[in-house]
Amino acid sequence: MTETVKLIVDGVTVDAPKSYTLLQACELGGAEIPRFCYHERLSIAGNCRMCLVDWVGAPKPIASCAQTVGDMAPKKDGTPHEISTKSPRAIKARNGVMEFLLINHPLDCPICDQGGECDLQDQAMGYGRAGSRYTENKRAVDDKNMGPLVKTIMTRCIQCTRCVRFAAEVAGVDEIGLANRGEDAEITTYLEKSLTSELSGNVIDLCPVGALTSKPYAFNARPWELRKTESIDVMDAMGAAIRVDARGPTVMRILPRVNEEINEEWISDKTRFVWDGLGRQRLDKPYVRENGTLRPVSWDEALKSAAAMLKVPGEQIGVIAGDLADAESMKATLDLAGSLGAKSIDCRQDGAKLGLAADGSKLPRESYLFNSTIMGIDEADAILLVGVNPRKDAAVLNARLRRAWLRMVPVAVVGERVDLTYDYGYVGAGPDSLGELKSGHPVFDQLTNAKRPLIILGQGALTRADGAAVLNAVSSLAANIGAIKDDWNGFNVLHTAAARVGGLDLGFVPVSGGKDVAGIMAGAQSGEIKTVILLGADEIDTSKLGKANVIYIGSHGDNGAHRADVILPAAAYTEKSATYVNTEGRVQRTQRAVMPKGDAREDWAIIRALSAYVGKTLPYDSVVQLREKLAKDHPTFLGLDFAPGHTGSGVAPPYGVAGAMQSSPFRTAVSAFHLTNPIARASRTMAECAELAAGVSPAVAAE
Amino acid sequence: MLLDKDRIFTNLYGRHDFRLEAAKQRGAWNSTKELMQFGPEWICDQIKASGLRGRGGAGFPTGLKWTFMPKVVKERPHYLVVNADESEPGTCKDRDIMRHDPHLLIEGCLIASYAMRANKCYIYLRGEYIREREVLEEAIKEAYAAGLVGKNACGSGWDFDIYCHHGAGAYICGEETALLESLEGKKGQPRLKPPFPANAGLYGCPTTVNNVESIAVAPTILRRGAGWFAGFGRPNNTGTKVFCISGHVERPCNVEEEMSIPLKTLIEEHCGGVRGGWGNLRAIIPGGSSVPMIPKEICDSVLMDFDALRDVKSGLGTAAVIVMDKSTDLIKSIARLAYFYKHESCGQCTPCREGTGWMWRVLERMVKGEAEASEIDTLLDVASQVEGHTICALGDAAAWPIQGLIRHFRQDIEDRISNYRMGRPHVQGVTLTAAE
Amino acid sequence: MSHRRFHHPENHAPFAFNKESDDLIAWWERKYPSERRASAVIPALWITQKQNAGWLSEPALRAVAERLGMTYIRVYEIATFYTMFNLEPVGKYHFQVCGTTPCQLRGADKLKDFCERKIGPKGHVSGGGKFSWVEVECLGACVNAPMIQINDYYYEDLSIETLEKLIDDFAAGKEPQPGTYVKRQTSAPEGAPTSLTDETLYDGSRAKPLAAILNAPKPPEESAAAPVKA
Repeated sequence: MTETVKLIVDGVTVDAPKSYTLLQACELGGAEIPRFCYHERLSIAGNCRMCLVDWVGAPKPIASCAQTVGDMAPKKDGTPHEISTKSPRAIKARNGVMEFLLINHPLDCPICDQGGECDLQDQAMGYGRAGSRYTENKRAVDDKNMGPLVKTIMTRCIQCTRCVRFAAEVAGVDEIGLANRGEDAEITTYLEKSLTSELSGNVIDLCPVGALTSKPYAFNARPWELRKTESIDVMDAMGAAIRVDARGPTVMRILPRVNEEINEEWISDKTRFVWDGLGRQRLDKPYVRENGTLRPVSWDEALKSAAAMLKVPGEQIGVIAGDLADAESMKATLDLAGSLGAKSIDCRQDGAKLGLAADGSKLPRESYLFNSTIMGIDEADAILLVGVNPRKDAAVLNARLRRAWLRMVPVAVVGERVDLTYDYGYVGAGPDSLGELKSGHPVFDQLTNAKRPLIILGQGALTRADGAAVLNAVSSLAANIGAIKDDWNGFNVLHTAAARVGGLDLGFVPVSGGKDVAGIMAGAQSGEIKTVILLGADEIDTSKLGKANVIYIGSHGDNGAHRADVILPAAAYTEKSATYVNTEGRVQRTQRAVMPKGDAREDWAIIRALSAYVGKTLPYDSVVQLREKLAKDHPTFLGLDFAPGHTGSGVAPPYGVAGAMQSSPFRTAVSAFHLTNPIARASRTMAECAELAAGVSPAVAAE
Repeated sequence: MLLDKDRIFTNLYGRHDFRLEAAKQRGAWNSTKELMQFGPEWICDQIKASGLRGRGGAGFPTGLKWTFMPKVVKERPHYLVVNADESEPGTCKDRDIMRHDPHLLIEGCLIASYAMRANKCYIYLRGEYIREREVLEEAIKEAYAAGLVGKNACGSGWDFDIYCHHGAGAYICGEETALLESLEGKKGQPRLKPPFPANAGLYGCPTTVNNVESIAVAPTILRRGAGWFAGFGRPNNTGTKVFCISGHVERPCNVEEEMSIPLKTLIEEHCGGVRGGWGNLRAIIPGGSSVPMIPKEICDSVLMDFDALRDVKSGLGTAAVIVMDKSTDLIKSIARLAYFYKHESCGQCTPCREGTGWMWRVLERMVKGEAEASEIDTLLDVASQVEGHTICALGDAAAWPIQGLIRHFRQDIEDRISNYRMGRPHVQGVTLTAAE
Repeated sequence: MSHRRFHHPENHAPFAFNKESDDLIAWWERKYPSERRASAVIPALWITQKQNAGWLSEPALRAVAERLGMTYIRVYEIATFYTMFNLEPVGKYHFQVCGTTPCQLRGADKLKDFCERKIGPKGHVSGGGKFSWVEVECLGACVNAPMIQINDYYYEDLSIETLEKLIDDFAAGKEPQPGTYVKRQTSAPEGAPTSLTDETLYDGSRAKPLAAILNAPKPPEESAAAPVKA
């Protein structure tokens, strides 16, 4: 039990944990405390002075955000301290602070993008005056460049320094500062350089006023005209909680939602700013290729053409699922493939050696999940990263790793030596260094002596030819250091594709005798494979599909569609209710924010329709029926929003195949952070960020 | 009146050499080892008994402050930090101590550090005091060479390192936590308290920040006895004090005097009186720019100590007496101070960042009379909204001079406003004012 | 006050520490615990400014940041926060005229006006790079008001006449003495001293070992007896 202190807040007795700030304690008592600089996830600055409360007996009002309840010395007579949040003194103090904030704040609310969701606007309603007593000229502050994502209107800035603290503390890039002093104090980056953090967009949410707003969203919409849909992000395998704001048929912006277990309240810039890609390069009609060119056709014609292509023996069909494929469509595709006798099925576009044992049997879930859970990072006391660059692979997760490092948890790296925003012990570049991790090696001992050791194995180490051997070596290492116990599983695979865990859970891998992605492509080139279904698979080299007929089901005119012979236009993740399983094995569902574009249809429905055209009608007519089948065949899909953690099947490592590893260094799986999927590649914002990233950091560009 | 034999800073004016030999002649470093032989508690007890109150402005009992430090040194080392960021307008006493009597300060640092179990001491000088820093560095070098500081300082068995540090032009660094921030290589923005420095100060370690004068008087207090020091001034306001008298006096100067000396005596004895005679006096800021001014009627009889000045709603502050005769445009003088606070606000807290500029701008208009009479009350209200609503006391310090001006010289402002209107018939409301 | 910032940093000349600065910064770094090198940032910037003709250029700022392992923005914050760092070139003789009330009461406004006439507008370099002046806040020499800091040192108790002479002397390549420009000893009152005239203070009598330490704690056996007495 946490120790508590009794307080009387506006006459209400509360028991506040000693670690609480007085502000939190007051909220326990039902009081509403206005604030600007205070933020639960940032260090306390105590500078805005808006949260002043009256501590009965104190000579002056105190900043409730800066007072820890446990630090309030007990009163001599033993009675609880009394706090008044509504006394004339407290109210007057806050009114004063509000007046000060407003005297130099521009009266540009009508053209401010923060309007309608502005803390200053809202709190001015409660604490502001009707008119201004300030008759001097208002201060003007030059706007600063912060890059393509964050727009600045610095005259609106109230110097709360949330952005400074976020950049330094959470993002770990010391790039924003408060220069000058007094009334000349201004927020800036050094020489107005662009922010280099993958999390930079979060400063927009943190800014309590309209000083930092979204550049791509500028002047696009008012918050009250937006339809807000709670959903799940698919830009990486974390499955961050998001809110999709749309007006009419268009997604206008994407914001984070709070999910303590995954993203807290941060999202990456890719998650936040990819939305313009949802309106560009869209496949909104079915197409069929004729004489080398794609011709728009009716659904009927397109499905007929596709069905004709599938009239080949099952072993001549290859099916590849892409990184954004949802579980429903993969399930339907799998069922269709099964009915056609297809065996060459794979969801591992990148060739990751996961999911299957040497004998073709399925590996347990623990072999490919982030078993300690993302929250588990907060408990870890020694961390080893293998072939992973969490900053690119899962930017928000990297902030949690950074926080662990701030808690003095040692971090060690086997893989590329990159700036992770925190220091780490560097073991080495590749598998040879893994071999060095034995008793006596400081990192090995560190992990062994830890109570909650945590190993993160990245796709950069698994997509290699020797990926199965690496999986074997690293999972053995996890067992050797004692990372797998009754109440803790410190062996973690960090995925980069939102679809991947769902695909592995479904068994979207080659059936005995079937080919994997490399095999399908080789088969297509040799003529062994006659027809390939690409379920949103755009990250393979589509030029190597030989003369095979290609049926592309997906939302964007990207690599897959360019090679396709039949295009069946599908929905993007904001246009459907679909199930994804994140890297922890957590089953989550997106919600439809807008309708699919043009004639596009939800992916599962397309496959269901196609199944009728090939005469193998799938046994579900609605997504509900499909999900019932899904859960029946794969019970892990029964529980939503739940990460299994250490409660796995109990099949102990090693996983993979013991064998020789090459000595070549591990490479980062995500080379261009902003361009990992067809939606991102369609986004102008992401293109601009990618160019900037390539220019700013030559090391990244050289990869 | 203090006698020369009871003056601590016997080289206040630099008539003699500041170096070690001469300083020893004057009694510095005399029996330091013996003064340390009874241990830290004894030293703290003596300083407490002397009644010494901090000489940096706030007047907190120095001995008591020293006892706030942990009694045992654990994994975090203790630090003494000497506040030599003398920037309060009107104040220039620490400067004289550092450039003319640096060895008294260094000796004080050793004794105070030992009393607080600190092995390291930093003296934070304001950046502009370059000459003073050169002298102090030289004196420290001498002290090291003579074994007075360093390993086994003075043969006391206590290891003691002392360093000079400097700022670069920021009044706010005189606030103890801003000073610590600055010393850590950051902007001088005051920290939230708690934690107090005695718990988590420099580099997160137990730290005490003391004014130069508070530290420099300590060795002499021990040598001559707490009772000797406590014998000067009134109870609770004991000791000797270096006063800085500037402004409209015949001969401005620094002088060490007894606490509780009448203000008039101080000025007449040491400064040749007010320019044009005592009758020509208008008002005095008695304790550095941050304290409210007091009009002549109060100056006639007020004593220069903490309690007497508090009772007349002002303060002893740093004992920097700024004298203003009848030729003074008091509104302009205070407007200039308002500009000072605006210029020196660190910009952290909203009320100070925004309020200091507001108050200055209103006052600048008032200097010309270009204001509404009702704005005087607005100004007072704004001052009251800055006061007490900020992390550090700069907000208070910015408000008090203005409150002092309005408290005692409201009529001056009203007259200025009416006069301005009188000559300008187009100014709205002029007929009303003229008719009154 | 305009915002302090770099103007056209792209035109700033490259910067590298000379040996003297390098040694000096190293000496400062040694004053602080090794993991607290950032503590030396103000002295390092000051040394750098000295080497760089009295102002801090953008490359110089970066050199300091790299030297102390700090990020540029943190050093930039410091360079803009502390007013002694000049982010634009200054004259060979940089006059900082104290304008705060104690100096104002004794004629600082006249000195400011004079500087404006003789040197030019605030913050501009004139006289072929020789002179610049700014108004600064209280320099802590109030009993010697009005005063000006010229480069490192204080010139006190000035009048327009003495200031004019000072400027002329600097212009003529002379190095006038810092200190007071009236007949007095530092901060002592002009004319006859009112204190510290007792010569026994300086005759060495105070250097004699103390006969006894006052208020010394009583030896343990005596203090043990004390409660009985009470």
